[in-house]
Parts: sequence; structure tokens; C-alpha cells
Amino acid sequence: MEKEILEQGLNLNRRKFLSRLSLGLGSAALGSLLVPDLFSGKNPAEDALLNALPHFAPKAKRVIYLFQNGAPSQLETFDYKPLLNKNFGEELPESIRMGQRLTGMTSGQASFPLVGSYFDFQQYGESRAWISSLFPHTASIVDDICIVKSMHTEAINHDPALTFFQTGAQVGNRPSMGSWLSYGLGSENSNLPAFCVLLSKGKGNGQGVYSKLWSNGFLDATHQGVQFSNSEDPVLYLKDPKSMSRDERRKMLDQIAAMNDLSYREFNDPEITAKVQQYEMAYRMQTAVPEITDVSKEPDSIIKLYGPDCLVPGTYAANCLLARKLSESGVRFVQLYHQGWDAHDNLPNQMIGQAKDVDQASAALITDLKQRGLLDETLVIWGGEFGRTNYCQGKIQVENYGRDHHPRAFSIWMAGGGVKSGMVYGETDDFGYNITENPVHVHDFQATILHLMGIDHERLTYKHLGRRYRLTDVSGKVVKDIIT
Amino acid sequence: MAFAKSLNFAGIISLLFFAWSCRPPQMETPDLQNGDQVSYNFHIRPILSDKCFACHGPDANKREANLRLDTPEGAFSALKDSPGKYALVAGKPQDSELYHRISSSDPSELMPPPESNLSLSETEVALLKKWIEQGAEYEPHWAFVKPKKSQLPNSDSWAINEIDLFTLKKMKEKGLTPNPEAKPHELIKRASLDLTGLPPSPEMIERFGDFSGENSYENLLDGLLAQSSFGEKLAILWLDISRYADSYGYQDDNIRSQWPYRDWLIHAFNKNLPYDEFLTWQLAGDLIPNASKEQILATAFNRNHKYTEEGGVIDEEYRIEYVLDKTNTFSKGILGITMECAQCHDHKYDPFSQKDYFELFAFFNNSPEKGYEGDVSISKPAKTPILWVEQEDLSGILNFINHEDTTRLSISVMGELEEKEKRTTYILDRGVYDAPTLPVTVSTPASILEFPEDLEKNRLGLAKWATSPDNPLTARVFVNLIWQEIFGTGIVKTAGDFGMQGDLPTHPELLDWLAVDFMENGWDIKRLLKQILSSATYKQSAVISEKHLELDPENIFLSRAPRLRLPAENIQDLVLASSGLLYPKIGGPSVKPYQPEGIWESASSGRGVLATYVQDKGNDLYRRGIYNFIKLTVPPPKAIIFDSSNRDRCEIGRGRTNTPLQALVMLNDPMVLEASRVLAGKVLEEGHDPKKAIQSAFKRILCREPIKEEQDLLLAYFEDQLNRFELSPEQIRPSLEVGEYPLSENQINAQTAAMMQVIVSLYNMEETITKI
Repeated sequence: MEKEILEQGLNLNRRKFLSRLSLGLGSAALGSLLVPDLFSGKNPAEDALLNALPHFAPKAKRVIYLFQNGAPSQLETFDYKPLLNKNFGEELPESIRMGQRLTGMTSGQASFPLVGSYFDFQQYGESRAWISSLFPHTASIVDDICIVKSMHTEAINHDPALTFFQTGAQVGNRPSMGSWLSYGLGSENSNLPAFCVLLSKGKGNGQGVYSKLWSNGFLDATHQGVQFSNSEDPVLYLKDPKSMSRDERRKMLDQIAAMNDLSYREFNDPEITAKVQQYEMAYRMQTAVPEITDVSKEPDSIIKLYGPDCLVPGTYAANCLLARKLSESGVRFVQLYHQGWDAHDNLPNQMIGQAKDVDQASAALITDLKQRGLLDETLVIWGGEFGRTNYCQGKIQVENYGRDHHPRAFSIWMAGGGVKSGMVYGETDDFGYNITENPVHVHDFQATILHLMGIDHERLTYKHLGRRYRLTDVSGKVVKDIIT
Repeated sequence: MAFAKSLNFAGIISLLFFAWSCRPPQMETPDLQNGDQVSYNFHIRPILSDKCFACHGPDANKREANLRLDTPEGAFSALKDSPGKYALVAGKPQDSELYHRISSSDPSELMPPPESNLSLSETEVALLKKWIEQGAEYEPHWAFVKPKKSQLPNSDSWAINEIDLFTLKKMKEKGLTPNPEAKPHELIKRASLDLTGLPPSPEMIERFGDFSGENSYENLLDGLLAQSSFGEKLAILWLDISRYADSYGYQDDNIRSQWPYRDWLIHAFNKNLPYDEFLTWQLAGDLIPNASKEQILATAFNRNHKYTEEGGVIDEEYRIEYVLDKTNTFSKGILGITMECAQCHDHKYDPFSQKDYFELFAFFNNSPEKGYEGDVSISKPAKTPILWVEQEDLSGILNFINHEDTTRLSISVMGELEEKEKRTTYILDRGVYDAPTLPVTVSTPASILEFPEDLEKNRLGLAKWATSPDNPLTARVFVNLIWQEIFGTGIVKTAGDFGMQGDLPTHPELLDWLAVDFMENGWDIKRLLKQILSSATYKQSAVISEKHLELDPENIFLSRAPRLRLPAENIQDLVLASSGLLYPKIGGPSVKPYQPEGIWESASSGRGVLATYVQDKGNDLYRRGIYNFIKLTVPPPKAIIFDSSNRDRCEIGRGRTNTPLQALVMLNDPMVLEASRVLAGKVLEEGHDPKKAIQSAFKRILCREPIKEEQDLLLAYFEDQLNRFELSPEQIRPSLEVGEYPLSENQINAQTAAMMQVIVSLYNMEETITKI
């Protein structure tokens, strides 16, 4: 509610404010829609509105979400279930499945034989957390992270499950988590968007990602995620045409501003002034973004930490390094997606490749943030949209098997930003099928993220077509147990 | 109308405006004069709905303390939990428990309870008190009462038609006076953009000049309405509502072929199919006796939503999802209500129960569709039921479909199961597909209009119900949509929500007058547009005065024309048309113009024919924006940057943001650069000196003559750029080599390169992409 008032107050004020602006050519832009903070302090009433957010002291200022798209198996990562190896090939007991629905890919199978991890597990760190041999680097930072083994979701297919994680609803055109945070908290950097998106692909069976996942939904379009690409144009249309120098660009912007100023004199429309300011912001982005995406000045120690792939644009490792740089520069929400985890068959081989893509760089990101003193204020999340079945999809062999989608229990990890380190939270049964302790629903997870950012998930609402919407829809409980 | 009785609208509107702008913290008591009547519809219901109905409203399952405040029966009956007490006692606030609770200083008694995060302002409490004092009279929700033409306000010499009498009355009440009429060239540009989405050519501006003689403003409007580009312009609105796209939408997101529906839309608007028929064909064309193929094609409206091709999905889960989407699109796009809230539970604000929802759902539940027809490996361009278009249709009844080869076309359309195969519709608990409860049969929400016994109990009956002159919503909603197209904001600002939580109309009598007039005149869409564009209200100048900024910054009272940034598609149209590049072909398969590399590829699963973006060549690079290919999971980035719908769902109205990404598009998009290069060559080849060439380009892009200061600035910039390219000739070729349009060697010179930069700057003027 406060936020609605704030938004309206801002809009009204922006108009007044812009109408007072003179056109200082080439001067630093004042009013940017991406930086609502700049409008603070105009009058006491407004200060009161702005002060409503955050609702309480935030533990995290920024989020980096390492989305493992396609759903990595919990049984080959963090949920160690030796019983599945012991009972290899035996039928999934009905007492465990309890008639739960299956996807159409395996519902027709004559049998549901249990299959254990091909990879060994060991315990690491002070937390003694079990981690599979595929993730040695993650194992090395285990005392910096909190593994949640009791995630569950409602969707059983990729598209709705991804959409649910990102927007709080399986279908419908709702704002993404990053958009909500951009809307609620704005950006810390006036030259960069508040919400940035980085994509990479592994060699495993891929599921597409969709730009609706970083859509602003019914929020203002200034809150949509800005996708960074690995082409020569890191942000769409950022790069000036050939042979256009910075000086020439400056000259053209001044020319355009001078023409717009004539139009402003005739029409007196504050929108004209606002337009000029947006061109100034664009100009500054043209400098700020390439500086961020340039890794050539990173020291060897950093390159070594993230691994050689971080020098190859578009890889997961390069995106992790870029995520650190963006976050360090004040980007509120950096969303990565790494595709390729959908191992319906040939799972061990696919997992080897995927883990090789992400293990070192994910751990490096934690180490890097920590050594910069940023981990405390940066929340990092690693995980997929659901888990995978404990029974085999298709032909079963010890070293070659597949797993179907499993929404009822899966593992993710979180680190920094007010999350307890060196913790394992939640438990599943010996079959890795059902949660036995501390279930965390997707809406609980979302409520917890907002809480860490200083936001009461029930109070960050936006009224659209008569209804107040929120990221957590109509449920969600903060998981207090994992918060410092 | 119920709420129009003897009300002082000035007071109400000033109060409302205050409430909208919006509940500022230091709210003052509204200046309701002594004796002013508090209106339930305008003052009270918005408060009760927003702050109380969620727990004391239509939703029977969530009703607290058994108290219902949305009906007088509920509010005046004895409180079940507090014997002897009443929520409302007419005339006696002190005896009304409602007043007691909202004004209590005890947090355990206070309503709304603090944990709801809702609260009432002092003004709201005062209003409720006054309303109770005056008898606490309830009124039916304005939008659910059939509209009537009220008496016209006093005539005035400024007015051209009835619209102006209504708007002038409001302006006067607010202390505003209308702006002078816009200059003729401004009106020509404005009308051309509104009716065709294209800028007027310099010849057109010259021809109509000052509208003397045969070249009257009316003739201009008639001429524009007769252009085939009229249909292309208006179709965009309906493509958003009908969530049209060129792909299936989920996961692998393969190609589909619904574009003949888009061609039909353009055709229907151009031949001015009356709106009631337009709706009937789309909702139920297949059920019309002896339905033509054109009428069946129109039903693709119901099939444009997404279809999954994700392996392993549960068939019924998605079949239900599709019926939900059809139901929600009908209720939002045509009735302007948020029926979808009642999918999981009784509506919290509007008088729609979950049963109402599934009775409406039942109309759409008997199409012989499947939830899943297989994955991307066996994907087809249409899904059952399919309309096949043969060669003979293309030269006959479907000759508006622009299909250039001899293959058969397939389109997903509606069909109806045989009587004996018909599905029973159940209320679905929480709206979930595998939780059926009670069976229901087709019907419509009685709070809007009872479903008459004599109508067919299928979609055709539903269409007749929707287009009945007794239906209080359909005409209002459409008239409001058209108003929104022209003025940027509807008379009802929440064009998709005419329910309790929606905004109230700013000009209720005007809305109703227009709606009734529209129905009385055969639901004639072109007539409605001409009526609006002929008004003095429309013809005002867009100049903003200090008084405007002070009294009416949002232009609610329309004492000036709005200045509105063009929609994404029309920005493309303007750039291509003014440069002469536009290829004016109507219809046909969607096209893939320039797009930054890798956008589809980086987000794709790698499966299906849309895994990679294969850019078109030649003329297809220069088509109107409406024809750009829409892949749902990765919609065209420029369009999204300029606020167009992503077509995921039915959308009514777009945002209008102003962002740095838009600046980057206009500065660096190859389409803009290529158009600038081509136009530079053209104006220089016309044999003009630089000054005249600049003038010529300016007229094509801005649709007016430049003023002296503009000429001076542009010429100085040209000379600066000429100097730049003469000093650095190595920059000439790389600057000019953009886009695939042939570049002739004799254009590779400093003059053309410099002129191109001037034109890029013209395309980046705020005025260029603004309707003024």
C-alpha cells in the first residue's frame, strides 16, 4: 500500500520536477526513471513515503540468482540416498509414491525401478554436508552456503515450473522477482539497469528460457530485466554505428536536445524534458556497460579462480564473473540461467558435463564476493525449477539411466546476504521422494528472499485491474530458521 | 442513470480526482458542501470495495463474522456475532457498528484490522459517516446498469457535436477552457496517425492545406477511413486483445499459422463489419446456421492462446487451461470484467461466484480440442479443430487472405462436440483441473444480465447475450477502448475492469451517451471514430499551459489534445513510410526484419523451426510493424522496449514508458539508420541544395515545415558533419553501409553521409514519434 502511494507520489512529483528542469546540454542527467531514489527529499511527505521501503533493515542489498534451468537432480548433487543404490532396480513402493501424479513421459511406464546415484558422496566442512563427487569446488565452500534439501513446487513441467519460481504463478503475465525488487527498491547505480539477465547453455538436454521470465508483467516497463548478450553488443542496441565516435555521439545528442528544446518551448510538455534525460542516461550506459563487461583488466588470480572459461564470453563462468561485476556496481538483481539439466536419459554423462560448466565458477563467485567483503550483503542462490525422480526413466543400468521431473522434493543452496552459512536445512525420506522435515514451498522461498532484502512480502503489492498482486500470490512464509 | 440523479458533479469529480491522485498522506476533508448528497457508487462503494469486501463481500467462503457489506440485505441485518447490533442503521452512525469499528482507537476493534495492511483515511471515515447520516442508500454498480442517453448539456458555440457538450461541461466545472484548434497540418498528422497509423505524405498535407473548399476536414476523415491501412491500424488493438502470435508459446515454442485470422481482422475493420457481428463471428461463427468459411475463420479468436508441446504434460490439465484462457479473454476483452478472479474462489469484489465463472466456462468447454497433440517433433501449424483454406477459397470468399503459393492453409478454429459427446462442466475446486466438484450448465452472471431462456445454450447464445442492447457492458467497454486509442486514456481508466475495483468513469454521461449512440447506429465502428475525430474536443491544440499543469496535469478533463508516444508498430511504420522504404503489402505470413543476433538462439531449446532466427530479405524487410513475427517466448525486442503486449494473455491497453533503451533503439537500430541513409540519398538526388534537402526530409518526417531556428540548427549540424566527413573520408563508407537496401556508388560521398546524420537526428526528435 505504501508503495502504491509512493509510486503515485513519484509520478506526480516527477512531472512537477521535470517541468522545472532546464535543458542543460551535456550535463549529467538528473531524472532517470531507473533511479527513483533521485527524487527523494523534495518534501517531508515524500520522504515519509520513501522511507516505507525497506520495511525493515535489510540483510542483503543485492541478489545473484544462478538458475540451473532444466532441473538438476537432487540425487546426484546434495541429497545422498544410499538406499537407492542398495535397492537398485526394485520397484518404487506405493507407500512412498502415494498415488502422486507423474508426467506423461513416465506415467505409461510398466515399472518404476529405483536407481541410485552413479556418483559417490562424501561429507564436507564443519556442517558435514553430503555432496557428490561431481561438485568438488562447491564442496570446498560448503561452510559458506546453506543447502536446502526440502524445496517443493506445484508444477511438474518446465515452463510452468520456471514461471512459478520467477513470477509466483505458473501461468499469467506476472512480474518477475527481479522486477518486483526493481520496483520496490530501485537501482543503486544510475548508469545501469536494476535488473540484469545473463544466459548460458550447457551441453545437456536443454530447455528454452523465455523472456517472459524476466518480464515486468503489469509493472512499469522500466522494471523489466535487461538481457546482456555475449555478442559485441552486450545490451541490445547499445553499440554506436561504425565510425561514430563518442564525440560525434555527444554532438548528435546535443543537436537532438536543442531541437527538442524548441519543441518544449512550444508545447511545454514535461515528457519532452524527460525524453532528453533518457537520452543522457543512454549515453552514460554506453560507457558504463562496456566497462563492466570488459574482463581484460581482471587479474590472473581472478581468472584462475573462475577458471579459463570465464574468458570465453557467454559461458556460465564468464557470466558468473560478470554477475559479480554487475552486482558490485550496484545492480539490484542479476539473474543467470544455465540451460541443459533436463536429463531424462544418459543422466550420469549429462551431469558430468553440466557440473563441469558450473561447479568451479559458482564456488568462485562465493569466494570472490567473500574476499571483497561483499558476501554479507549479496544473496546468492543456486538451484533449478524442480527435482528429479528416484526411479529410472527408460532403460536402467548402473552407469546409465534417466530421471523424470519430480516436484515433491529437491535441493537448492543459498549463500551470503543474511543466510546462515554451513547449514543443511530440511530432510527427505530414505527414498528421496517425500519431504520429512521443514518443507520449503516456492512461495516460502520467495518470501524469504524478499525478507532478506528488507521487504515484507505481504506488503510489497501492486494493484492491477482491481486486485493487489504480490510475488507470493496468497501464501508464503519466511523461513526464519535459515536466517542469521 | 442511477447515479446521475441531481448530483453535483463538480463536487464529485473534484473529490474523485483528489482520491485518484491518489490518497496523498495529508488528505484534507473533501469539500462536500452542506446538503450535498453522498453517492454510494461514486463515494462509498470504492471505499468499501477496496478496504472491506475482501472479508465482507461476495466471497462466501472467506466471509468474516458472517457479515456482508456489498448488499443492503447483508449490511442492515442483525449482526450474527453481536446480538442486537447492526452494521448499518440508516441515519444513525452512532448506532452503526460499522462506524463504531472504523473510527475505533482500539486496535483489537479497529476495521480494517491492522494486520490486513489496509486502513481508512480520515476523509474516508468522514464520508462513510455522512453516508450513514444521509440514510446509507445502496445503488446498483453503475456498470451493471443498462446505459441510457441522458439529457444533453447546454449547447455552446464551441461545440461541434455532442461529445463536446459533455467535455465542455466538465471543463467549466473545473475552471478550464478549451485550447484553440490545432493547426491544420497538426490535425492532418493526428488524424492520419489515428486512423491509418501512418504519417501523412507531404502531398497530402499540401492538398488539404487549410481545409478549404473540397478539401475539408470531413473529407480528410472520410478519405482516411477508406484507406486499407485503416484496418491495419485498428487491428493492432484487437491483436492485443485476442493475444495473437505466430508461435505456440510454451517451451520449444514452434511455429503456428494463425496469420489468416490477422488478415481477416484487417479485412473486417476495412469493410466496417458492425461490432455486434464482428463479435458474434469471432465467438461463434462456426455455430451460425450455414456458416461461411469466413465466419468460421473468425473463431480463430478463441484459439490464439498458447498451446503446449512440452513432452510429458497431462492432457486434461492443459485442455482446461485453454478453456480458462478462452473464458478470461471473453470476459476481459469483451465485457471488461476480471472474471478470472472467480476461477479459484468467489470473486472478492464483484458479484461473481465461482459457479458463475464455471457456467461461463461451460460455453467454451465443448470444443473438440486436446490438451496435447504431441511434442515439437510432430508439430503442425494448426491444431484440431482446423479450418482448411483451399485455392478456390482464396479467389472466393477468403480472397482477403494474402497467400502467395499453392499450398493449403490450416488455421486453428472453433468447433462444437456433437450433443451426445458433450462434456459435463464441473466447478473446479481452487480452479484445479483434477478437482471437480458440482456439475453446472451454461449461463451468464445474473448480476450483469440474466441469460434469456430463449437463447441457444451455446457460444452463439452467448454472442447474442453479449451483443444484446440490454447488455450493460459490451458497448460501453468497446466505446471506451476506442476512446483510449484516441485520447490515450479511457473514460474508464481501467479499460479492462469495469467492476467494483475499477476506476469510475471521468465522464459517465458521455460514456453512456456514446455507448447507446453506438448501438442505435448499428454498432458502426467507422462512424464512432469519425464522430470522435470530428469533435472540437479532438481538434484542440496539444499545447500545455501552466494552468493545465496546475489544474489538470493528467489531462483528465480534456481541455487540450494529448501528446502521446506512438505504439511500437507505428514507430516502425513512420520510419519506413517517411523514408520511402515502406512496402505496403497487406497481410500474409508474418515477417522477420532486422533483429540483433542471437536473441532467439540464446533462449531456445534448440528444437523446432524457430530455434534460429532466419531474417527475411528484400521487400519483407520493409513491412508495417503489425506484420513482425511474434515468437511468444522471445517477442520482438524493439516492440517490447516500446511497451507493446508480449501477447502472452489478453491485454487491454499498453503502457507508455520513456526509457534509455528506447533512446538506444532510435539511435542504433539498423532500420532507422538504413531509412536515414536512403532518405538522405533521395532528398539530395531530388536536386536540392542541402538546405532544401533538409527541409524536404523534415517535412516527410515531422509532417510540417521547420521553423527558422530549426532550420538554422539543422543546417549548422549538416555543415559540421560535412566537415567531419570531408576531413575523415574513411568514415563515409562505413557510415553509409547499413541495411540491405542497395547503396549506389555515387551516393558514397560526404554529402550523403552528413545528410544521413542529420536525418538520424530528426528521427530521434521527441516530436517525431509523438502524436501531437
